[in-house]
Amino acid sequence: MALSRLSSRSNTFLKPAITALHSPIRRHVSTDTSPITIETAVPFTSHLCESPSRSVESSSEEILAFFRDMARMRRMEIAADCLYKAKLIRGFCHLYDGQEALAVGMEAAITKKDAIITSYRDHCTFIGRGGKLVDAFSELMGRKTGCSNGKGGSMHFYKKDASFYGGHGIVGAQIPLGCGLAFAQKYNKDEAVTFVLYGDGAANQGQLFEALNIAALWDLPAILVCENNHYGMGTATWRSAKSPAYFKRGDYVPGLKVDGMDALAVKQACKFAKEHALKNGPIILEMDTYRYHGHSMSDPGSTYRTRDEISGVREVRDPIERVRKLLLSHDIATEKELKDMEKEIRKEVDDAVAQAKESPVPDSSELFTNMYVKDCGVESFGADRKALKVTLP
Amino acid sequence: MSAILQGAGAGAAAALSPFNSIDSNKVVAPSRSSLSVRCKRYIVAGSDDGTNQSFGSSSLVARRSQPLMIPNAVSTTKADTAASSTSSKSGHELLLFEALQEGLEEEMDRDPHVCVMGEDVGHYGGSYKVTKGLADKFGDLRVLDTPICENAFTGMGIGAAMTGLRPVIEGMNMGFLLLAFNQISNNCGMLHYTSGGQFTIPVVIRGPGGVGRQLGAEHSQRLESYFQSIPGIQMVACSTPYNAKGLMKAAIRSENPVILFEHVLLYNLKESIPDEEYICNLEEAEMVRPGEHITILTYSRMRYHVMQAAKTLVNKGYDPEVIDIRSLKPFDLHTIGNSVKKTHRVLIVEECMRTGGIGASLTAAINENFHDYLDAPVMCLSSQDVPTPYAGTLEEWTVVQPAQIVTAVEQLCQ
Repeated sequence: MALSRLSSRSNTFLKPAITALHSPIRRHVSTDTSPITIETAVPFTSHLCESPSRSVESSSEEILAFFRDMARMRRMEIAADCLYKAKLIRGFCHLYDGQEALAVGMEAAITKKDAIITSYRDHCTFIGRGGKLVDAFSELMGRKTGCSNGKGGSMHFYKKDASFYGGHGIVGAQIPLGCGLAFAQKYNKDEAVTFVLYGDGAANQGQLFEALNIAALWDLPAILVCENNHYGMGTATWRSAKSPAYFKRGDYVPGLKVDGMDALAVKQACKFAKEHALKNGPIILEMDTYRYHGHSMSDPGSTYRTRDEISGVREVRDPIERVRKLLLSHDIATEKELKDMEKEIRKEVDDAVAQAKESPVPDSSELFTNMYVKDCGVESFGADRKALKVTLP
Repeated sequence: MSAILQGAGAGAAAALSPFNSIDSNKVVAPSRSSLSVRCKRYIVAGSDDGTNQSFGSSSLVARRSQPLMIPNAVSTTKADTAASSTSSKSGHELLLFEALQEGLEEEMDRDPHVCVMGEDVGHYGGSYKVTKGLADKFGDLRVLDTPICENAFTGMGIGAAMTGLRPVIEGMNMGFLLLAFNQISNNCGMLHYTSGGQFTIPVVIRGPGGVGRQLGAEHSQRLESYFQSIPGIQMVACSTPYNAKGLMKAAIRSENPVILFEHVLLYNLKESIPDEEYICNLEEAEMVRPGEHITILTYSRMRYHVMQAAKTLVNKGYDPEVIDIRSLKPFDLHTIGNSVKKTHRVLIVEECMRTGGIGASLTAAINENFHDYLDAPVMCLSSQDVPTPYAGTLEEWTVVQPAQIVTAVEQLCQ
C-alpha cells in the first residue's frame, strides 16, 4: 500500500512531462506505413483451392489500428454487458468479445463497396463498417438516435452507406439475402463482393446449401464466412454436425480454414477470397474463433463448457493480446502507450454510453413510420383505415 | 358516367400509391376524349365537357416526362366500347396471362433494374406462360431460372432488392411460397421498419393460387389468409386482364413489397384492354356493377361466380352492387364504406377458408367502421375449412357456388 502511494505521488510529479511527450507527437514508427511481413501462427487449410501464403503484408499503422479497433470493440461489448445487467438494454443481446479479430481483419482486406451481411451478433461488425459507438449504444437502449431509430434493437443494426446489410435475427436467413446482394453486384457489374457471415449453428440450415448451389451455379461473387465459435448456443459442434469441417461442406465450392483469432490471418484470407470470388465464384471461409460470453446475455455460457476452457482460450489465443505482443515485439509501441490507448478508449466508450443514455426515446408517432415507403405528403392509415392515422414526411 | 376530376388532396384513399398514379377518387371514363396535353410535370386528363384540368398537387407530380398514362380508367367492357369511342386507338384483345406478360415486359423495358426469378420462368417460358419469350428478349441474367429452393430464391430476391434491384419473384404455385414464409415475413415485410427506413424492398411476389380443377389439396391453397397479418407488405388480387396488367405494373413500380395473387383458373380469360399505357391503383377497389340493394364484396375468381349470381338476382328483381376489392391489404374502406352507406347490407363472397380468411378480417373491419350503417349483420360466404378434395363434386362443394350467393342475397334482403 505504502509503495503504491509513493509511486502515485511520483507519477503525479512526472505526469506533466509525460503528457507533454505523449499527446502531440507520436514516435514515427507507430504511424509507419512501410510494409512489415508477418507470418501467421497457424497455417491455412484448404479445400479445392490453393492456400494463400502465410506471410502477411501489413504495416505498423495497420497493426496499431487493429489494436485500437479491437480494444474499442471489446470495451463496447463489456459496456453492453453492464448496461444489460442494469436493465438498460432489454431483450436479446449477443456479444462478440473474443471474435473481434474477424471484424477488423475483414475490414482491412476490403472496401466499403464490398457488402457485409451477418447474423444477430452484429455490434462489432457495425463498428467495423464505420458505425459510431453512440449510434450503437442508442440503438441498444432503444433511443431515437440509434442506427435504426430505436426500432430494430441489438439484432438489427444496419448501415446502408457502408454497405452493411445487418443484423438478422433468424438463424441462417441472412444467407439467401447475402447471395442476393452478390447477385445484385454481379447484375450491376460492381466488381465488388459480398461477405455472408453465419455461425456454426447456421451451417446446418438447408437454406445455406440452397443459396450455395445458386451462388455456385450463377458464379456469384459471394464469400460465405462461417464464424465457427464451436457452440451453437448450448450445443457444441461435435453434437450438432456430422462433419465439423465447415469449409469442406461446400463440396464443389472451394473452402479455406483460417485461424479466426489472428487478425492478420483473417485479413490474408479475406483478401484471397475476394480475388477468388471476383474470378471464380463463391468460396467458403471457416474462421476458427471463440466467444467468451455465452450465446446471449441470458446464457451464462458455462453450463456447456468449463470455465477453464474459456480462460484457457483467453490466455493463449486472445486476439487483442496477440496484437499487443506483436506491437511490443516489433517496437511499434510501448507497453505504456498501449495502456494509455486503452484508457482513452475506455473513456471514449464511457462518453458514448453517457451520451446515449441522454438521448430521447422515439415518440409514439414513430410506431407507424417506415412501415411502407411513402410518397410525398400523404396521409396514411393503419391497415384497416381506422381513425388512427399519421401524416408522413 | 361523367368523369369528375377532383383536386389531388381530396379523399382519404391512396395513401400508398405508386409514384405516378393518381388518387383513387378520380375516375376517368374511357370513352371520353382528349387525353391530349402532356406536360412534363403534371398528369393531365380530359373531362366530360372537354376542358382540361391538371392535377397540380405537389404530391402527385410525375417528375419525368411520361408517355401518356391513363390511371384508373374503367375496364372497357362490351357495353362501353361505342362506335364513337376513344380518340385513342381501339385496344387489343388478349388473355389474362398475356396481359400479365405485357405488363411485365413493359416494365422490364422501362427499367433495367426489373428482373424476374422463379422456377422455369426462363427457357421454359413459365408454367402458366406468363414469362413466355422474356428470357429470349432480356437474357438469362434478367429472367432467372432458379433451382427448386423457394426459401433461398425468395431471400435472394429480397437481398437484391435491398441494393436497389426490383425483382419479380414467381412462386410456381402460391402454396410453395409457404417454404419461403420466413423470408417473406421477417425480411421482406420487416426490413424497412427494423432498419429505420434505410432499406426499401421493392419486390413483387406473384403466383397463381386458389382452387383449380381437381389439383389436390396441396396445390389448391389460398395463401392470402396466411400472409395478411404480415406487417409491411401489400397484397393485391387481380381478376381481369385489365386489372392484371395494371396491377402488375403498379406493383413493380411500388417501393413497397407487393404480393400479387393470381388465380389458376383465370389465366385464359379474354378481354380487350387499351393500347395506351395505364396502371391501376394498388389500394383501390373496383366497382364492377353499381346497385342499390346490397353490397357484394368479392375478389379474384369469386367475382365471376358473383356476376353469374347477379344475373339471376337481377331477373328476380334485386339490384346488387358488386365490388371487386382487389386490394387485400390494405382494404379500400373508402369505396367499401361509401357502398355500405348506400345499400346498408353487405355480403362477402370469397374463396378463402372460413377461419381466419380475408373475409373474416373484412367482416371485422366493416363491423368496426360502419356498424351504424348496417341494417343486417355482415354475411360472409367462404370456402369450407377442409383441405380441398380431389373428387370433382366434393371440390365444387368446398367453394362458394352462384346458387348459394343468390340464396344469401335473398336472405339478407328480406
